[in-house]
Amino acid sequence: MNNQENNQIFKPTSETQVCEMVKWVLANNESIDVFGTHTRRNVGKPMDTTCGLDMSGLKGVQLYEPEELVLSAGAGSSLAEIEKLLKDNNQQFEFEPPNFSHLLGNTSSGTLGGMVACGFAGPRRVKAGSVRDHVLGVRTVSGRGELFKSGGRVVKNVTGYDLPKILTSSWGTLGAMTQITFKVLPKPETENTLILLGLDSTSANRAMTMALGSVVDVSGAALLPDGRTALRLEGIKPSVKSRVETLKKILVEFGDIDVLQKTQSSKLWADVRDVKALSSNGENAIWRICVPPAAGAKYLELIEQQLDVTAVMDWGGGLIWLEIHDQKTACAAQIRSAVAKIGGHATLFRAPEQSRAGSAVFQPQPNALAALTGRVKTVFDPKNILNPGRMYEEVS
Amino acid sequence: MSHLKMPDVNQDSIRARKNIVADLQSICPGEAVISHENEMRAFESDGLTAYRQMPLVVVLPQTTQQVSQVLKYCYDNDIRVVPRGAGTSLSGGALPLEDGVLLGMGKFNQILDIDYDNRCVTVEPGVTNLGITHAVEGQGFYYAPDPSSQIACSIGGNIAENSGGVHSLKYGLTTNNVLGFEVVLITGEVIEIGGKHMDSEGYDLMGILTGSEGLLGVVTKVTVRILRKPETARALLIGFPSSEDAGQCVADVISGGIIAAGMEMMDRPAIHAAEDFVHAGYPLDVEALLIVELDGPEVEVDHLIKEVSKTAKANNAVSVQASTSEEERMNFWAGRKAAFPAVGRISPDYYCMDGTIPRHQLPTVLSRMAKMSAKYGLRVANVFHAGDGNMHPLILYDANVEGELEKTEEFGAEILKLCVEVGGVLTGEHGVGVEKRDLMPAMFSEIDLEHQQRLKCAFDAKGLLNPGKVFPQLYNCAEMGKMHISGGKLPFPDIPRF
Ligand SMILES: Cc1cc2nc3c(=O)[nH]c(=O)nc-3n(C[C@H](O)[C@H](O)[C@H](O)COP(=O)(O)OP(=O)(O)OC[C@H]3O[C@@H](n4cnc5c(N)ncnc54)[C@H](O)[C@@H]3O)c2cc1C
Repeated sequence: MNNQENNQIFKPTSETQVCEMVKWVLANNESIDVFGTHTRRNVGKPMDTTCGLDMSGLKGVQLYEPEELVLSAGAGSSLAEIEKLLKDNNQQFEFEPPNFSHLLGNTSSGTLGGMVACGFAGPRRVKAGSVRDHVLGVRTVSGRGELFKSGGRVVKNVTGYDLPKILTSSWGTLGAMTQITFKVLPKPETENTLILLGLDSTSANRAMTMALGSVVDVSGAALLPDGRTALRLEGIKPSVKSRVETLKKILVEFGDIDVLQKTQSSKLWADVRDVKALSSNGENAIWRICVPPAAGAKYLELIEQQLDVTAVMDWGGGLIWLEIHDQKTACAAQIRSAVAKIGGHATLFRAPEQSRAGSAVFQPQPNALAALTGRVKTVFDPKNILNPGRMYEEVS
Repeated sequence: MSHLKMPDVNQDSIRARKNIVADLQSICPGEAVISHENEMRAFESDGLTAYRQMPLVVVLPQTTQQVSQVLKYCYDNDIRVVPRGAGTSLSGGALPLEDGVLLGMGKFNQILDIDYDNRCVTVEPGVTNLGITHAVEGQGFYYAPDPSSQIACSIGGNIAENSGGVHSLKYGLTTNNVLGFEVVLITGEVIEIGGKHMDSEGYDLMGILTGSEGLLGVVTKVTVRILRKPETARALLIGFPSSEDAGQCVADVISGGIIAAGMEMMDRPAIHAAEDFVHAGYPLDVEALLIVELDGPEVEVDHLIKEVSKTAKANNAVSVQASTSEEERMNFWAGRKAAFPAVGRISPDYYCMDGTIPRHQLPTVLSRMAKMSAKYGLRVANVFHAGDGNMHPLILYDANVEGELEKTEEFGAEILKLCVEVGGVLTGEHGVGVEKRDLMPAMFSEIDLEHQQRLKCAFDAKGLLNPGKVFPQLYNCAEMGKMHISGGKLPFPDIPRF
């Protein structure tokens, strides 16, 4: 939530209007909270903006050619509607975008613009890459009030700098995206999930490492707080069937293995994706931590020695969601000093406003990197009007 | 060499050459500085051999600290720098500048860390693409992006060009396979981005550095992800009576939900040249040949081979062969992999283009290219990464015929503009370099280009790293950073407000 409510909110319906709006803000020394449906409003540093820019009016599919694996749509398009359209064509965003409604207390799954600006991928990250790997082109209005295009509609493209990459996960601090072009992919015919019961986090991490390093092409590897270790296999039926058998053999040392069929499997992974295992109690801080996957258990061990937490380990150990219990603060010092020992970064994903205002939400950067980050921000948004301070206090 | 305009030479650097050589020698002692004309000759061009230029001096540092000192020295003294990997760029990305230090990364050839548990390898940038796979294949792993030049090209060059290969359809380009960098800025500052973890937070600088053609920083260390080699791979060799049929087959396979490991197409001239060269057993009475590779568990591959064969027959395929042994599979590929040298045998010179198009535009583009070929009186052979729409038309010419290179370049430019016109791009994997630099306005408006150039300013405000590449004009960062603010009242009173 902003400290102050925005004085006025603009809802443009065309790119020209977005440009005019930004120019007006520039001329009047105002600042802008760029948003889609505000589902992630409480993620990031709290901001002190004077205006709101509601991008949800820039919606609709401009191009969808399933046989070319490409879709372009207004950045304000509802993610749920686009995912439905893809599903009707047996396709999907392969990076499995999460819906954090449960953690953040919203009802909507947000917009394409929000999805790209935050850049979160789901469990299939281990196989399919992240949001950045599926954004082919973006039309954006920068903090200069100018519309520019970057990338294209084809997968292979090295014509000029890959600006769609830098816009993805820039949290609206570099520009207001108006239209986004994605690579979309076929939905697998089926999926099965192997469940290993009762492993401690070290054994679970090892089982996941073995599975991910094997030939079976695992597309999800997670340890849930209830002690289940889950490994997903997707593809055509005969292939999944054969890989289930292969993987069972590989993991024989870990004891009994259950197999979930398609419906149950897909329900389980939707829950992992949306981090349903952590509570919706907004007072408890939630951290999102990326570490080298095989070091996931070690990280958790370091933390569990100091704090009472609930953890979900995804990406074979490479992504840890941590909910902190019974603490007045977000415990940034403990979380980040453990990260420093292992490598990676920690994001304070959910916390009361004063916690997010009081500590770094995103991993603090070394000087040279922070300075470069600041210069990048400045070239896109010289007057620091777009989501000022949302990522880092000093620069953006 | 044709009309290419490079940045005005900085005469101060030329005059100070002797001192520069001595200063570089003190930073990089031993044999690391090359200043003799004869020895510098090896560096005067890259894979785009139509362009040649002797550098001011060549320096071959061996440590990150040396790179940092060299760059800081150049920064302090306003000396231009051109990074170079193995020099196989096909767009002139590593073309030296008369007043520039050529920074060769060849001595950065160590594999630093192999981490099978985290499925990644950390190497120095001068390690070859294939060198990474060789280091891990004993354990059943490989590095997926596989440019045809993989024996020679360096991973640093791959990053700079965001290189791809025939397997990029399923496994992505370089950018989708890097996890971490160490990079030195022109100021000498050393920055680490990413690591062994999967998402690197903050602005995606790794994403922007990949494909930046040596204009933003010098990469001194790289962590890439490695994959487990699939259990089996089989290929189909399919002949079609027309490229339309072949194109439709590709579309049908993909819309049927199959993402093949590779899908490559060749047209009649390319098929004939390749067959004459390697005798792979390609059918000669077809207009288009498609190689489709499928990989994964055996049952899956066998199933998909059947599916794709069915689709091929439904699209009028006249011959469908499925590989039944590894030897046969390699044989199917042999002709495709040798396509460039094969074409080199039937013409004194050839010029390789690299536009990408939306796949369904293939028939249109091929037929218009045939008309252009007649107009210019130059033959074309086509190889095509059919799965992702990346074309490699090879224009056959003879550089010894007066004016033919110029005519070839004009023809090439016309092809690339056609790619853009049908919704595609100028370059899919070879980079803009000097070659396609002047065509950038065909794809980008001035405002688009300025947003890219300003990003360069954030990394290299003096414009010393690889100037004259990628962007048609040099620019002044201070000038471009200015903003003219006008309009105190909202000119669009009709924007809904709440
Ligand atoms: C026969 C042949 C076949 C080819 N096939 C393919 C193919 O299938 N797919 C494909 O994508 N490409 C292909 N290429 C093009 C070329 O091999 C690639 O672009 C390759 O990545 C270049 O690597 P390099 O080490 O030779 O780089 P160089 O040619 O030395 O340099 C290329 C660019 O990288 C920069 N650079 C090099 N090292 C660094 C560094 N450490 N830090 C910063 N910048 C650096 C240079 O400044 C330059 O701009 C082919 C080339 C040839 C000759």
